[in-house]
Amino acid sequence: MPESAVKTHTIAVLVDDEAGVLARVIGLFSGRGYNIESLTVAQVDRQQKLSRITIVTSGTLMVIEQIKAQLARLVPVHKVADLTTLGPSVARELALIKVVGTGDRRVEALRIADIFRARAVDSTNESFVFEIVGATDKLDAFIGLMEPLGLADVSRTGVVAIARGPNPL
Amino acid sequence: MADQGMNGAQVVLKALVDQGVTVIFGYPGGAVLPLYDELFKQNQIRHILVRHEQAAVHAAEGYARSTGKVGVVLVTSGPGATNAVTGLLDALCDSVPLVCLTGQVPTHLIGNDAFQEADTTGITRPCTKHNYLVKDGAKLAGVLHEAFYVAAHGRPGPVVIDLPKDILVGPAPYVAPSRSGPKSYRPQMEAEPAGVAAAAALIATAKRPLFYIGGGVVNSGPVACAALTALIRRTGIPCTQTLMGLGAFPGSDPLSIGMVGMHGTFEANWAMHDCDVMICVGARFDDRVTGRLNAFAPNSKKVHIDIDPSSINKNVAVDIPLVGDVGTVVAALTKQWQAKSYQLDQAALADWWARIRTWRAKDCLHFSQSGQVIKPQYAIERLYQLTKDRDTYITTEVGQHQMWAAQFYKFEQPNRWMTSGGLGTMGYGLPAAMGVQIAHPDALVIDIAGEASIQMNIQELSTLGQYRLPVKLFILNNQYMGMVRQWQELMHGGRYSESYSDSLPDFVKLADAYGAVGLKVDKLDDLDSAITEMISVPRAVIVDCRVDAKENCFPMIPSGAAHNEMLLGPGDEAEQPMSDDGMVLV
Repeated sequence: MPESAVKTHTIAVLVDDEAGVLARVIGLFSGRGYNIESLTVAQVDRQQKLSRITIVTSGTLMVIEQIKAQLARLVPVHKVADLTTLGPSVARELALIKVVGTGDRRVEALRIADIFRARAVDSTNESFVFEIVGATDKLDAFIGLMEPLGLADVSRTGVVAIARGPNPL
Repeated sequence: MADQGMNGAQVVLKALVDQGVTVIFGYPGGAVLPLYDELFKQNQIRHILVRHEQAAVHAAEGYARSTGKVGVVLVTSGPGATNAVTGLLDALCDSVPLVCLTGQVPTHLIGNDAFQEADTTGITRPCTKHNYLVKDGAKLAGVLHEAFYVAAHGRPGPVVIDLPKDILVGPAPYVAPSRSGPKSYRPQMEAEPAGVAAAAALIATAKRPLFYIGGGVVNSGPVACAALTALIRRTGIPCTQTLMGLGAFPGSDPLSIGMVGMHGTFEANWAMHDCDVMICVGARFDDRVTGRLNAFAPNSKKVHIDIDPSSINKNVAVDIPLVGDVGTVVAALTKQWQAKSYQLDQAALADWWARIRTWRAKDCLHFSQSGQVIKPQYAIERLYQLTKDRDTYITTEVGQHQMWAAQFYKFEQPNRWMTSGGLGTMGYGLPAAMGVQIAHPDALVIDIAGEASIQMNIQELSTLGQYRLPVKLFILNNQYMGMVRQWQELMHGGRYSESYSDSLPDFVKLADAYGAVGLKVDKLDDLDSAITEMISVPRAVIVDCRVDAKENCFPMIPSGAAHNEMLLGPGDEAEQPMSDDGMVLV
């Protein structure tokens, strides 16, 4: 692959869970003109007060290396791992999807939800809220299929990811 | 002072003392009054009262860069903090270690748009290496110590600590400094041995090697500078310095081929273009150095020594990155060079030097001084000749005079040259000179200035008066924002839009008004005596040196051009019109 090719990378960042740390990371991306396709953050270690940020970004090899180096030099950042280059990893996203409709459209929505293993977590006579978990493209596909069936609202978590195998970050 | 029963302000002062701080630069205000009250009650720390917060930061930069210590700033909330922002970014760009204490409204008012409230940590986040908002007195002492660690370790930089007033007034426990910094911040000091071995082996194969060294060498310390100088002399490899690296290698050494970059020497830029192995030490391939990237040193292998991993492969892809402290890495490289008994191909090196000599023979810094109108280059040359054997420190403002100072003043030691490189902050030189003079009371401290830049922090003449600082302001007065005018001449058809310095003050009277000594010189024959008088007067002096208003700074690599497309002088201009790509660059 040529070095100038733009590629999507999933980067996991372990940070101190303190005020402003997310602003530092986001400010770094906006200030230096990097892309953020998705970003999630939550505390993962209560005792050591660590949060984990998962960022999906894209860039040339040089830009991705630069993003990692820039993240690593932030003082509250403990660890930066490029899950895309590190080896196989699992990436998942959760979405809540509201579909409004009656009659055949409603039945069809339920049928497709079943195929995608989406669960109905709320229901009225004219609507469903589906919960679906999976890779980003699976969610995209499901949402695409819901569109003609009365897609009304979408809420997505963004990607969380973890390396396969026994080793921690 | 007992550790029990201390309030936040006392804890701050004690932490500063325990960090070895003896001087702080600042300006009081409501939110920091508790700190000023504690300052009043003690005599271990000297406070230098500036006249504008930006100047406090530049003064701390001058102090830090001339001593290698961390500079300390104290300003109030709101406008105090926002006025400091330019200085903070200047220090970030040039990797100067600072700790800046900012006052803040009490914690219960934060977010209420209180009087003199600003989101200081928000505003300064991209302008600092790190910043803190202390909302818990229990953490205050730890944060202060950590701030000094972060400012000074790894690539140095400014750190802001935002201090709400209730934290300063309320009780706070004191803890002594610990040696280690935060767990998450451990800069790599030593490069991988395999990389060092590969670098030494690569250098040994070079036929046209070149050292390209920058401010990181100065930051690594005098020992690192000496070690690098020894390695360069051992190998006989030519050495070019960046603007920030001047003094890291002795400027008058025959192995020095001068400054590289936009206004660097012809020989340095051609050597950069034609070298086959480039050893970059503590420099960052800045756009002022590289010129057009796709034509940058096209046939070279590159070694890059830098303590900041994010400097590696940022602008220019390098072959062998060595992440670590310059001093440590150079020592390892030297050891490897000796252990393997490496020798450069002497015939090739002689050929390389022969080529460099032909470039040198162009005498790119040549200027014609005739008649009584003083050429600015001549003024710097005379200043250099008349001050080089003294204990001299030079600061500058930003513009043509800065480049002429860099070209014509030779620095034999590090920490003697203070200039705003990365940010290019007009108004830097006078306050920086104050900081240098505070650190070195008996030294000769000269701000080489322009008549436009000097007015950006001219109020600091009052500070010079208060502390009897004998700083010399040597103004090259050409009645233009010279570098702006030069670009307008070369790229905008000579339309000098707003670059004329109209309604200039009478600098001699201005000096008088502030209790300094003013000298005006506009004839060649009077130049030496004016400089001599400036040196001998034991007070602050302004020299209004009237120079040729139309002189331009050459040689020059036009924006968007390559090293080997350098213009030597006005005669070259017509032949090489600026590219469209170049027009958009700054």
